[in-house]
Amino acid sequence: MHIIKHRFRGKKMAPAFNAFHTFLFTPDETTHSGGHVRAVDDLKRTMNTVIMALIPVLIFSFFNTGYQYYAAIDAANGVPRTVDLFGNFLTWENFWLGFTQVMPLVVVSYAVGLIVEFIFAVIKGHEVEEGYLVTGMLVPLIVPVDTPLWMLAVAVVFGVVIGKEVFGGTGMNILNPALTIRAFLFFAYPTWMSGDKVWVHQAVDRAGTPDAISGETILGSLAQNASYDYSVSDMFFGFIPGSVGETSAFLILIGGLFLIFSKIASWRIMLSAVIGALVMGLIFNGVVAQGWIGETSSFYGLMSFEFWKHLIVGGLAFGIVYMATDPVTGSQTNRGKWIYGFFIGFISVMIRVFNPAYPEGVFLAILLMNVFAPTIDHYVIQGNVKRRLKRLKTATILPKTTDGIAQELQAETA
Amino acid sequence: MALLSKKDANLILDPLADNNPITIQVLGICSALAITAELKASLVMAISVIFVMGVGNVVISLLRNIIPSKIRIIVQLIVVATLVIIVDQVLKAFAYELSKTLAVFVGLIITNCIIMGRFEAFALGNGLWRSFLDGIGNALGYGVILIIVGFFRELLGSGTLFGIPVLGDPIAKTGLYSTGYENNGFMIIPPAALIVVGVIIWVQRSRNRALIEEN
Repeated sequence: MHIIKHRFRGKKMAPAFNAFHTFLFTPDETTHSGGHVRAVDDLKRTMNTVIMALIPVLIFSFFNTGYQYYAAIDAANGVPRTVDLFGNFLTWENFWLGFTQVMPLVVVSYAVGLIVEFIFAVIKGHEVEEGYLVTGMLVPLIVPVDTPLWMLAVAVVFGVVIGKEVFGGTGMNILNPALTIRAFLFFAYPTWMSGDKVWVHQAVDRAGTPDAISGETILGSLAQNASYDYSVSDMFFGFIPGSVGETSAFLILIGGLFLIFSKIASWRIMLSAVIGALVMGLIFNGVVAQGWIGETSSFYGLMSFEFWKHLIVGGLAFGIVYMATDPVTGSQTNRGKWIYGFFIGFISVMIRVFNPAYPEGVFLAILLMNVFAPTIDHYVIQGNVKRRLKRLKTATILPKTTDGIAQELQAETA
Repeated sequence: MALLSKKDANLILDPLADNNPITIQVLGICSALAITAELKASLVMAISVIFVMGVGNVVISLLRNIIPSKIRIIVQLIVVATLVIIVDQVLKAFAYELSKTLAVFVGLIITNCIIMGRFEAFALGNGLWRSFLDGIGNALGYGVILIIVGFFRELLGSGTLFGIPVLGDPIAKTGLYSTGYENNGFMIIPPAALIVVGVIIWVQRSRNRALIEEN
């Protein structure tokens, strides 16, 4: 690899070989000019940490995909199933079915995304950036399990080119690329991305045949005022249908704590988003408690859903932990992060309840706040400037005497 | 071409590429987003605008020495409005279904910035023949983009061209659809036109680097 890299130095394809080399080894070059910052948490480490936080979620998704499939078949045959972690969940059968369904999504996502990144790196003559490593892992986790692979490939090309490369590549994008891909899929192929069939493997193929199985999510049932039969612990540990990796709030929580303790993701965004979701949920619960809305209303099912349960169903937890905290597209200032996170939670739950066509509003809420993040930062900084100017006015600035500098300092810090 | 001198020919050719009203001047975007979901509507819109601009530029050019400059905008509006109503009535008489698709957007040709822009910038200061060529050229430049956008949006969004299925039948799963291909619903909605126009601008500027603005 070293030899290949040096042979191609200065040639057109150099960035592609450099990228492979850097991925596998520590670079053998040092910076020659400019300021140097020596830190261990470069882009590659940051990305790898997030990938590590995602691995448990990915492995869980293998088992859950298989489990949901066999559970739905049982349910269609009139055999109700309860989760037994070692009895019928962590089985080889479940793992293998999930593995053969989910791994192709992961492979396509990485292969297509990295090809696009390599092409752009070669054309623009810069090095391949590590930005796609996390996006490529997030994408398969936020789509329904039966998403056709060519659709995923088209969406990845769109998301990486329009969502990221046109703005100048990693670090310049306005919108989160993984969510851009999800939004493209949602609007381009709505029949594959929403409804009551897509969330369990093969439910679409089997519809209308004697072997039909249900693929409905909890939020989907609630939007139709129907009942669901999943317990709170099912929801929390993730034994429910949904997008590939979004179901287990428990593993997402662990991943989130890992990201907070490794200081990769902002705890302010996560906490404020949770608060935002709870506040909106409480408002809706209050509306129902006041009797302002009848049981026949189409919003009744979702509005009467206990406020804290919003956190453990659907993609809210996944979105808050892995998407909202994206350091590129989120707010940069601390106060801005509180506002940004709060509105993500708040708007997610609002879209969930008010628009039955989008039972999952999380990706729309995060994309919306991505767009507003620079505005929030601008006003936070302006506010800070104003406050400091005001402080300057009230401060008494002592005349410069022999020891004037010391006194001046005192006045400023007072 | 013996018919046109080189200078006159440039009046038509420039707006087609390097001075395109949509991709370079970024005018007339609104209608380009709204009616390009079908190729047929794009074509009719393009022809309507060619008619309005060609005739309009001639009329304004003829009147240019007698219009008091204080009320020139009003006069221009009257000329455009008259021509647009002619187009609208013709469409209603001979292509009623299509005129329903285009709906309010035929009327909104009046507000198309390209038309008022050319009246102000060119027809008020140039002779009849040159104004005519300028009007036709700019309208063609507008129409070409409309047709390119309409082509991609209808092909990818509905799998048809001029309403004729070219990729097979999506319900009976024939042709390309038998391989699992599906229409891209995103291309039907107006934001897709914005992205297609953006990609055209991108391609054009990377082919001709002189067009890239300094910033």
